Amino acid sequence: MHDLRFTLTGQDLNREPFARHSPDFSKKSEVMITDRGYKCRITNIVPLSESERLFQLRIVDPCERNLFTFRPGQFLMLEVPGYGEAPISISSSASNREFIELCIRKTGHVTSGLYEARSGAFVAIRGPFGTSFPMASMQDNNVLLVAGGLGIAPLRAPLFWIRDHRDHYRNVSFLYGAKEASQLLFTYQFEEWKTVSHIDLRTIVEKPSEGWQGRTGMITSLFDDITIDPANTWAIVCGPPVMFKFVCTHLDKLGIPMNRMFVSLERRMHCGMGKCCRCMVGSTFTCLDGPVFDYWSVMNLKEAI
Amino acid sequence: MIYKVISKPGFTAFVDTLVSSNTSYGPRQVDTDLNGKPIYQFMPVSSSGDIAFDYTVTCSSAKHLIMPYREELSRFRFGDGNWQQEVHYDAPSIVLFGLHPCDINAINILDEVMLNGPYPSPYYLARRKNTFIVGMDHLPLPDCFCKSMNRHTVSHGFDLFCSDIGDRYFLSINSSKAYSLLKEFETSEPSEEDDRQLIERRKLIKQSFVTNVEVTGLPMFLDIEFESPIWEKWGDKCLNCGTCAMVCPSCYCYNVEEHFDTNLESSSKQRRLYSCNLVDFAQVTGGHNFRPRNGDRLKYRYYHHYRGFAINDNQPLCVGCNRCGRACLADINPKDVINDLRLENESCTTCVSPSPGRI
Repeated sequence: MHDLRFTLTGQDLNREPFARHSPDFSKKSEVMITDRGYKCRITNIVPLSESERLFQLRIVDPCERNLFTFRPGQFLMLEVPGYGEAPISISSSASNREFIELCIRKTGHVTSGLYEARSGAFVAIRGPFGTSFPMASMQDNNVLLVAGGLGIAPLRAPLFWIRDHRDHYRNVSFLYGAKEASQLLFTYQFEEWKTVSHIDLRTIVEKPSEGWQGRTGMITSLFDDITIDPANTWAIVCGPPVMFKFVCTHLDKLGIPMNRMFVSLERRMHCGMGKCCRCMVGSTFTCLDGPVFDYWSVMNLKEAI
Repeated sequence: MIYKVISKPGFTAFVDTLVSSNTSYGPRQVDTDLNGKPIYQFMPVSSSGDIAFDYTVTCSSAKHLIMPYREELSRFRFGDGNWQQEVHYDAPSIVLFGLHPCDINAINILDEVMLNGPYPSPYYLARRKNTFIVGMDHLPLPDCFCKSMNRHTVSHGFDLFCSDIGDRYFLSINSSKAYSLLKEFETSEPSEEDDRQLIERRKLIKQSFVTNVEVTGLPMFLDIEFESPIWEKWGDKCLNCGTCAMVCPSCYCYNVEEHFDTNLESSSKQRRLYSCNLVDFAQVTGGHNFRPRNGDRLKYRYYHHYRGFAINDNQPLCVGCNRCGRACLADINPKDVINDLRLENESCTTCVSPSPGRI
């Protein structure tokens, strides 16, 4: 009888990810490894608040480090060996090729495992996956960034992008709300963003604690403080799903077209490659077609938020 | 494709040689149900005597032989404060014998999902390339509705397809592998009589379908009926057990999990097939569930099968085998759900005022 055996080698597979993104998002041409992670060393852990820490990772292999590029808004799959994988949005600057920063809250199994790790431990990352904020299309326009709570994590990447290419953008406003003052993250960078990058940063908390001098209330009340020119303003909104609705409805009332408001959706991806369907919303994969969507698409997605 | 005719004894000899010299799976009777009817499953077979050639339908599909319920994706070995990741795409070569057209169509859909798109799966490709598929046609059961889904015939995705035409088998040979295997056995070119008999057989199969599910324009109906109360009605019946996805030949949603080995020196990253009806399918870390109610999850399964997938791949995911309907403990089946949805919609378009059941 003939041998039916077929042996798979790496060459048999077309590994080049060809995009199914909308024309806005530039295609990626670099070859990407999707089933083996890049080994990273945790170089620094910065405590941000009681339950959030900033992990600074460095890809060990110099070749892989060169290969890893991302655009603001994309996410990666963080692998804590033995614990599992979780999708984490990248919150560092795209131009920083040496380090990757991830802002992580301790909530589930994988993040609990990660919190046990010390500086110098090894983890793995796969990616980057997903769509990004259309930073190129926003050029020569006003940008409005709205973050709620941990929503600042994915929003830091476009913020850094704007910092690196500040002269490409006109007025940049950043509205940031949290439940309590102690939950405001990256406060140590506020001054830099305000003075060096000329970003109009405004914060607000829902419940004021003692010593809080700033504004109190819902994030939408910050819109009264700033002037928005709907004709040339692009908005990026990140936060809990409830916030999207309020903020985007408000922006819609102000006259910003829905296709110029961008949100980043949250789902628990298991593969990041449009296979496992865990992140599917209707016929849309959050990992391939998202996580960054314009609000018009989100409105047309049922059960999205 | 090359067509040949083989006598039944010749075919038995061929099957004997094929299954005895390879790891083979075929339909076998494993038990009888309460009414004394045989229960079939795809099980390991080693001779033609093991195979139930005239089986009706297996309870589970052949999906798990290509996409195992559990599959190791990679392995981590720990030591010296470091780890090494090992990835293997190795798959054993197997023969799947006696798959019906709906099962082969389902595998074609899985090919579409796992091998097309931006990130083809090497694990799946290794298994798929090492699988030799022999298909067989059959007379439909009363509740099969593959004809409505246009999946009662199959044009590709198999190595060899056999149609029973009286005292001979009509063979459709679709790979050089199958052709070279058959060379050692006595086959003949199909005569006009054989062709006529094949056409008769096809006609008979086509006419034997009793159940019809109307799926034309279903994606739009589903869109319109997103808020329909029927989802709650069927959701109340659903037990969220995930049996439908387990027996389904084309359900492929999965979970990726990792476990430490007991010696704590290594860990294994595994893919486990999952079901969108399970309660935590759309739950994110922190506890928020995007589909919290039974009805939401049941609806999502129907949307994925008949709407979402239809938009992404121009074909519904469902192949119409009705395994989910037979296996469901709460007696939910696609035919009833879709008909319920359609009837309501028809009553709506004819009514001037909204029907009383609608909110």
